[in-house]
Amino acid sequence: MKICCLVKEVPDAAVQKRIDPSTMRLDRSGEKNLNPFDTHGIEAAMQIREGGAAEVDEIVAVTMGPESAVRALHKAVALGADRSVHLTDGALAGSDVCATGYALAKTLESENPDLVLLGQQSDDGECYTIGAVVADHLKMPSLTQVIKIDVSDGKLVCERQAEYGYDTVEVQLPAVISVGDAINEPRYPSLKAIMGAKKKPLETYATADVGIEAASVGETGSKTQVLAVNPPAEKEAGEIIEDEDTNETVEKIVAWLDERKLI
Amino acid sequence: MAGILVYALHDDEGNFNKNSLGAISEAAKLAGELGTEAAAVVVGEVGDEACAALGAYGAGKVYRAKAAPEGLAQPIVDVMAKVVADEGFAYALIGGGFLGFEIGAGLTARLNAGVTMEVTEVKVQDGKLVAERPVLQDSAIVDVGYVGEPGIIIGRLNAFDATERDGGSAEVVDVEVELSEWSTKATMVNRGEQRGEDVNIEDADILVGGGRGLGEAANFKLAEDLAAALGGAVAATRAVVDAGWYPYAAQIGQTGKTVAPKLYLAAGISGAIQHKVGMQSSENILAINKDQNAPIFEFCDLGVVGDLHKILPKLTEAIKAKKSG
Repeated sequence: MKICCLVKEVPDAAVQKRIDPSTMRLDRSGEKNLNPFDTHGIEAAMQIREGGAAEVDEIVAVTMGPESAVRALHKAVALGADRSVHLTDGALAGSDVCATGYALAKTLESENPDLVLLGQQSDDGECYTIGAVVADHLKMPSLTQVIKIDVSDGKLVCERQAEYGYDTVEVQLPAVISVGDAINEPRYPSLKAIMGAKKKPLETYATADVGIEAASVGETGSKTQVLAVNPPAEKEAGEIIEDEDTNETVEKIVAWLDERKLI
Repeated sequence: MAGILVYALHDDEGNFNKNSLGAISEAAKLAGELGTEAAAVVVGEVGDEACAALGAYGAGKVYRAKAAPEGLAQPIVDVMAKVVADEGFAYALIGGGFLGFEIGAGLTARLNAGVTMEVTEVKVQDGKLVAERPVLQDSAIVDVGYVGEPGIIIGRLNAFDATERDGGSAEVVDVEVELSEWSTKATMVNRGEQRGEDVNIEDADILVGGGRGLGEAANFKLAEDLAAALGGAVAATRAVVDAGWYPYAAQIGQTGKTVAPKLYLAAGISGAIQHKVGMQSSENILAINKDQNAPIFEFCDLGVVGDLHKILPKLTEAIKAKKSG
């Protein structure tokens, strides 16, 4: 079985994010990190490999992004992927969900995986959508926000929380599964794995290498257009207190509750 | 016809989802401004009367695909893609909810169409729909327009209110849709299983919400003691419910309940969007969290940066003393 893990480079959570008014795109400068949600996808792949229910020949980390995105791939490899694939091309800049999903699907097609795993959302765009877009292009069944995967005999039994409670769904392979953060606790990479990550095979593709039509990606291929960026409606900022003396803090909270007749 | 097509989700008893009804109302309002009509798609064995009743929310027509199963996205993508193509709908609008993300995403790929998610408002500009979407933890709002048709809009939970009007009855049209091969490769084994005891949090005036910051399941006792002192109930985030710390029935947010109590006291809750959408209408929000960068401090009325393990027990005692004194 071959598992591809989709990963994404995102701005570090501690960095203040902003939209560049000249391009209407997220300013992606600043410290970069592997999308924390994707580490759960890699961990899920590792657990399938180690669980023994299926023989995993290869775990491949796949990303799309600028040159700097290799850092996310190195982290993915340090966490357990055997090798990585980097789709990078100036033509991809400004791709929306529709165009990104298409480009990732074409890249995955060249790998012909039995299972595609990814995090339920990206830390920056907050989309839950990429997995389902990719799946439809690949003509594979798909499920998102999965919190439990059992592998047996060419199929998966997955659990997830949906609108009315927990659903159990059987999915035949090949399939695309996005995992929720409750599925596992990602391991910390060993120092040896971190040091060795840069030596693992890394293939770099341009759009033409995987058969992506240039007109279908980037700004020209995108079907949405950001027309304006506005600040949210003003909301009166709440009062923030730091707990230095807990007795004093509690007194303040009680007074606040009392004022609002909540006690 | 360049109308707006809505997907109406229902549970196993045939009750339509409140967010789906809201999406129909929103679509009907927008269709009115665009001079067109709103219609809904329903899958599974839903009765004529129940389908026609969607007219009360503004659906002119209801396309029913009886043979398609409810609860998984891909068969619904097959149905909606066919109806959009056959009838020439200009937009698909899907109410906030879990399945909506998957359906909207699948449609994007199938129809090579633009999609906007987490949409809080939709407006008409120059005869076209523009979706407003908050981004970056709601610190900015982007206006998104569509290039070509159709455009797909996935609402944020509770973004659209369901409004009933008098005497509306939708025309019910049965559609035959051949499911894609890959849409039949995922099958529901068990839908909507409830985990943990049944608790009622929707009627409580005061809720103490517990999140991962509580540290472990046993620490929910701190939240329970505080709730008891305040005369309220205990709620939870998805993270701790998925972890098995607290029952699903107590969960607030995207795939849980929506509440608006007089007081929501968030203990160890970061305030991620998925949780925020379920409790942001609370009259008073008090947050206790040790991470001063937690998003909840952006929208609470009183925020306390500190260790809840130290604060909660003392707060419980102080409230008890205040009440008895």
